[in-house]
Amino acid sequence: MLTRRGLIKVAAGTAGAACASQALDAEARGNRTMPEHALGLLFDGTLCIGCRACMTACKTVNGMPAEHNAVFPGSEDAYWDAPLDISGKTLNVIKAYRSGTAAHKDQVEDGFAFTKVSCLHCVDPSCVSACPVSAMTKDENTGIVRYNVDACIGCRYCVAACPFGVPRFTFDEAYPRINKCQLCQQRLPEGKYAACAEVCPTGATLFGEVVDLKAEVARRRALEPGTLTTFPRGKIGGTDSYQGKVAKYVDHVYGEKEIGGTQVMHLSGVPFELLDKPKLPDVPPARVAETLQHTIYNAFIAPLVFLVGLTGLAWRNRRTIEEDAPKTGGEA
Amino acid sequence: MTSLTSAPHHEEAAPVGGRLWTPFAGALVALIAVMVAVLFVRFAHGLAASTNMSDGYPWGIWIAFDVVVGSALGAGGFAVAFLTYILNRGEYHPIVRPALLAALFGYVQASISVFFDIGRYWEFWHLFAPKYAQVNSALFEVAVCIAAYTMVLFIEFLPIVMERMGWESPRRKLNRVLFIFIALGVLLPTMHQSSLGTVLVVFGPQVHPLYQTNFLPFLFLISCIGMGMAAVVVEGTTSSLAFRRPLERVLLGKLMRVGIVLSGIFLVVRIGDVIVRGALPTAFEPTWPALFFWIENLLFAIPIVLLFSAQARLRAQRLFLGGVSLAVAGIIYRLAAYLIAYNTGAGWHYFPSMGELMVTLGLVAFEILAITFAIRLLPILPKHKEAHQ
Repeated sequence: MLTRRGLIKVAAGTAGAACASQALDAEARGNRTMPEHALGLLFDGTLCIGCRACMTACKTVNGMPAEHNAVFPGSEDAYWDAPLDISGKTLNVIKAYRSGTAAHKDQVEDGFAFTKVSCLHCVDPSCVSACPVSAMTKDENTGIVRYNVDACIGCRYCVAACPFGVPRFTFDEAYPRINKCQLCQQRLPEGKYAACAEVCPTGATLFGEVVDLKAEVARRRALEPGTLTTFPRGKIGGTDSYQGKVAKYVDHVYGEKEIGGTQVMHLSGVPFELLDKPKLPDVPPARVAETLQHTIYNAFIAPLVFLVGLTGLAWRNRRTIEEDAPKTGGEA
Repeated sequence: MTSLTSAPHHEEAAPVGGRLWTPFAGALVALIAVMVAVLFVRFAHGLAASTNMSDGYPWGIWIAFDVVVGSALGAGGFAVAFLTYILNRGEYHPIVRPALLAALFGYVQASISVFFDIGRYWEFWHLFAPKYAQVNSALFEVAVCIAAYTMVLFIEFLPIVMERMGWESPRRKLNRVLFIFIALGVLLPTMHQSSLGTVLVVFGPQVHPLYQTNFLPFLFLISCIGMGMAAVVVEGTTSSLAFRRPLERVLLGKLMRVGIVLSGIFLVVRIGDVIVRGALPTAFEPTWPALFFWIENLLFAIPIVLLFSAQARLRAQRLFLGGVSLAVAGIIYRLAAYLIAYNTGAGWHYFPSMGELMVTLGLVAFEILAITFAIRLLPILPKHKEAHQ
């Protein structure tokens, strides 16, 4: 019996050590930093004309199905792709704000404004932190938040965790999956870039490295409203550009600081609350959660010490345990 | 009614016997059949066809109730094992097996429900494959730990089956190493029950300030122990009625004494934390989370009032009411934290569909049926001694 007990001890010890070694590389941590060549988007709502070319291009290059919402009440019009929001079928949507007569662009009263809804590619993404099976990952070089369907178990913790409501689940499918914007990462090797930015006729959606996008944001915000300036189209550093008037921006770059910063920044002429952008703290919830989890499970020390104590006490009381069942047994 | 004496130290357990297929069992089978029908729709046509879950409320009652509440109600198994075997309080011996049984089926229910809930169920094994492990995820810890504990529960339960079958030699051998599993059987629930609280931390501001706190793991752990004990008391009082057996009043009273101490600690930490974080004013706003905050704390306080005196803890009615109050308090705290306090933005609503409710009901029916059968067929309850009456 000694050998059996020995075996079990070794097995238990190995299991404990395995857990401990896994926990070791996960200590309490500070803020994550942006990869040097992180890629992202700048969406300038004041340049957007609401043509929704970006939505069509996104569907085409990502092979996403059409969304048949009832165009006329009571009918489901099969000829129209009319997504109202991002969903399991739609990765990118342009939404409009309107009030009163909606006569003036980027005006709160009697005005209208456009906004884009798609993944912001957080520096410290909640979805990546939440996913139990590493299906959500952040690319080390581009910072793109990627989804690997082959790893996913469909638990939807990422859907619940994302404060921007970005990852979406195909609830209507028997063999479902998550869908989210991955910044057209599949097109990058071909020298192409995010389709939404590529087709945008006004440069409202602009692709580029985050450092360059941030410089562009700073440049636009420094300009006097009403003056003429050059707006790049497609991507930063490209050849395509045009002259346009600088709008009056609200004093907030959405996505710059939200939950520790993101790789997609929004400029707007109306406050972001009106555009349904959630008001979020600067501290990433992923960091709060992981620091808490790593404090409890620091190198797995506390659970191991607890287990040793429990085993010792249980061993001391092993007679109570052994006598649990009546000695005569099998009487029943 | 019957013996007020504490049960003798090593009172034997015996199958209760009696008819298995009662009309009540038939009703439970009918509920299980309805569940199977709903599950056919769920697996053939997906979650949208069978549930009201959405991208705004991606988790419904299959997680919030079946997993989060169900496993906590099974926490009596580890709480009683801790008292009996770790603190060596032999007097709890007569309720070890019923508590263990309830824990086993509570966790089986939770595990089955996860399988129904996850969209890509055929990939569920990724949770246990090191290749996919993501140790930063609280849900990873919960999944691995619940699976491990369910296995430990089966091993802890095995000697009861062996005793019934008369497999003496293997039973003795298993009993000799059982102390390891009993130690694991206390450690693992403390880990995943606290992690069920940590799961919500990454939701950040999406969870109402009355509920979102770094004390979530502590509050979930301490309340689950109280809930587990309350469940043992409620099950003990109902099974003594159902099987016409003497009530272990002294023991259950002692258990509820621990229960109300835990209730008190919960309330102090819960309310203290809300005050320190400055979230108290939100408790007076006309919102659902605020309402549930008051209801659940009231329910945590009721057992303290009901069972404060030693005499009160000997009264079957009070024990039952105190137990129900404490169990419901923990249930509401969990449902509120996972569903009512969760808000991912305007326009999203969730109320479980009939299909979701029928699956949850079917799983509970399965659990009750399995427990009833086990009590009738296996030595779970202490032998009914005529002399004690």
